[in-house]
Amino acid sequence: MNIPKITISPRPNVGKALLAGGAVLLIVAALLAWSYDSTILGDLSISGNPAPLQEFAIVMGVVGLIEAALVHRRLTSLSWWDTTSSARALAVGTLVYIVLIDYNIAYQSGGVINLDPGAWLALVGALVMVAGSFLLAPVKVTNQLKVHGANWLEIVVITATLAALLFMVAFILRGDDGGSVLAALAAGGTFGVLLFRGGFFTWLSVAAARHRPVIMLGALVVALLFPLTQNGTDANMSIAVDIAIFLCAALGLNIVVGLAGLLDLGYIAFLGTGAYVGAMMSSAASATIGWHPPFLVVALLGALTSAVLGLIIGSPTLRLSGDYLAIVTLAFGEIFHTAVNNMDGTNGPDLTHGPNGIAGIPDLNLFGFNFGSTHNLGSFTISNYSNYYILLVLVAALIITIFSRLNNSRIGRGWIAIREDERAAEAMGVNIFGLKILAFAGGAFLAGLAGTIQAHATPSVVPDNYTFQESSFLLAAVVLGGMGTVVGVALGATVLKLLPEKLRFIEDYRLLIFGLALVLMMRFRPEGLIASRRRQLEFHDEDENLADIVQEEHVDEQKANA
Amino acid sequence: MSTATRRPRDTEFASGKGEVLLQASDVLMQFGGLTAVKDVNMTVHEGEIVGLIGPNGAGKTTFFNCLTGLYKPTSGEVRLAGEQIPPKPRKVVKAGMARTFQNIRLFGNMTALENVMVGTYCRTTSGVLTTVLRGPKFHREEKETRAKAQELLDFVGLGHTTELLARNLPYGDQRRLEVARALATDPKVVLLDEPTAGMNPQETQQASDLIFRIRDTGRAVVVIEHDMRFIFNLCDRVLCLVRGEVLVEGSPEQVQSDPRVIEAYIGTGDDDDFDDDDVQEGPA
Repeated sequence: MNIPKITISPRPNVGKALLAGGAVLLIVAALLAWSYDSTILGDLSISGNPAPLQEFAIVMGVVGLIEAALVHRRLTSLSWWDTTSSARALAVGTLVYIVLIDYNIAYQSGGVINLDPGAWLALVGALVMVAGSFLLAPVKVTNQLKVHGANWLEIVVITATLAALLFMVAFILRGDDGGSVLAALAAGGTFGVLLFRGGFFTWLSVAAARHRPVIMLGALVVALLFPLTQNGTDANMSIAVDIAIFLCAALGLNIVVGLAGLLDLGYIAFLGTGAYVGAMMSSAASATIGWHPPFLVVALLGALTSAVLGLIIGSPTLRLSGDYLAIVTLAFGEIFHTAVNNMDGTNGPDLTHGPNGIAGIPDLNLFGFNFGSTHNLGSFTISNYSNYYILLVLVAALIITIFSRLNNSRIGRGWIAIREDERAAEAMGVNIFGLKILAFAGGAFLAGLAGTIQAHATPSVVPDNYTFQESSFLLAAVVLGGMGTVVGVALGATVLKLLPEKLRFIEDYRLLIFGLALVLMMRFRPEGLIASRRRQLEFHDEDENLADIVQEEHVDEQKANA
Repeated sequence: MSTATRRPRDTEFASGKGEVLLQASDVLMQFGGLTAVKDVNMTVHEGEIVGLIGPNGAGKTTFFNCLTGLYKPTSGEVRLAGEQIPPKPRKVVKAGMARTFQNIRLFGNMTALENVMVGTYCRTTSGVLTTVLRGPKFHREEKETRAKAQELLDFVGLGHTTELLARNLPYGDQRRLEVARALATDPKVVLLDEPTAGMNPQETQQASDLIFRIRDTGRAVVVIEHDMRFIFNLCDRVLCLVRGEVLVEGSPEQVQSDPRVIEAYIGTGDDDDFDDDDVQEGPA
């Protein structure tokens, strides 16, 4: 995310001219053919008829022109926008984007020689933009936190941001080969970093706090609208269901790890418990329990079973300090996996059918709504997986509500106090053990709930879905995304589940890549991609400057809310 | 900040007149072969300020830890308002005894207000369901907690720091914030472990003033201190602990003139603390 610092004496006028010139070149290039071969990356071979990837290049060019126009900063209403940093982010991102595309064309068509003039021109344009942007002078911006537009305008901007997010995700998912997905990711990343460096997200964070209901509702609507972008096909929706289950579990884990600060290395076992309860009590032919109550009862039972297991594991260990809990939960995860693998009738009771698992679990039927069939909503088709997706989004919304309500309460303050100084918290009358067991069993409850849905959404429940590797991925999602934040964990879970699905070529290396990513994160940004302010402070105990900044933001926010 | 200087001890809560709030009888604390606190008796009445002095390693903080349930005494008992104290620190807090720490232990990344709000934890009852459903009780309790915390911040003179991070506060303010947090637990007895350590004379003066005001709310205060001027000015009664045992107990006048105390604790040669007319209430 950091744009390298290069010290060249700034020449704003030259920089502005180069930036604008490069942007024009880019736009012109996007209208030309980039490749002879019409099968690569969509169709980039027709002059005058830009393909989606080329349209992105046009957008980048147009934004470049706007940035160039803003360089002299005559618009006081945009004095908070950091033109130089954002222009640099745009230029570098554009360069990466074009290089990725050109590399793909060259790779697939057998050599750099096969790049059409458009591709070369785009590369030159991007390079010129980079040169121009680094000649711009650093600017002084006004505090983005204090920007307070008209209410309707803020709501419109928030809504537009959410819509853009939905569009971007749909676009990334549309790519069916690794190259397109990577290019779309680069484009999305470019716009994201552009807005970040420009200061937009800083503003958004406080504006979102001002219009909390709007952004919550908006995000929910966007998530629910997502299936409509898929034209009734299931290819991406099955991935989306996987992500949604993973996300529900990660959000539950976020309560345990992010709020209470407990390290749980066997969390997937709670999801597995829910899934197995759901499977064993379903009306599948291979279900092992004869009683088939309605799903709501099963869901509650699955969640409760998980919570009880959580209580059993937690009550002896939560009295001890952190590391012991990690070891015990790790062992619990393994015990769960081994146990369900062996309860096949020969080694123990026949509850899980051992390694074969329980297959053929029928689709859910809630209040006469059959999740297995497609439904029509006007001209849109809601497919089988979309049904589950919508249900899971609602469950995620429920978990998020529980998460944030607990966080902003007496209980949440108790958790923070425990993370800060356990002994002092106890000496102030905070019920440490009670709060820890609440987080632990509560997290297990929510994972169990998600598990019962997973049993129906996936064709079968087998032990190998619930291995230590899955637990570690869940933890990685929480840590990478940002402990204690909802947006961060959502981002972490999505990235961790989506990338291996869409970029098949990294499948074999995904453990390596995520391991490396984790190491780098721990070194450079231990609080995660999207950090909660509090966590950021906790990880940077010595940083006085950060404490001052956070405090100033907090005071501003309080004033804004007052 | 009010600037009251010394306060007479003959208020309505003068020593010995209120009921007994805290009674430690024959408290013995041994760690293996080491006896840290030996047969210490202490009685604290309502509205009384009791000082605990003694050289480093005399067992003052260990005795505090026995009182607050952090350590379980090897033998002896501690009664708070007639009841034996429960064996867990948080239950002791709930029973009505709160403390501050020798080394400040605030929740640095929480704001001043949040720190004090944590103190109210044991006096509030919103559970998971109330919190998640956000019923009327939740809002009422949250509002009350906030108001009470703000009131306490005002009480200790930190009303202007509400939204500041505890770790950003100056040292003296952090000490006072710790007191506010302890008061938020609604204690009958407040134990202050070196409340003026590292403070300048002006801050020390403010600390005495604050302790008097806490006393005036009917609470009892037990103070560990090394600053003699501070403690003799402040306390109704002083216990001098040496090597885990009570060497002398009595009024400040008695204790400060006792040759054993001078020898054991203050040593010889430095008479500053004793010759200062500002400090002494009567002839030494």
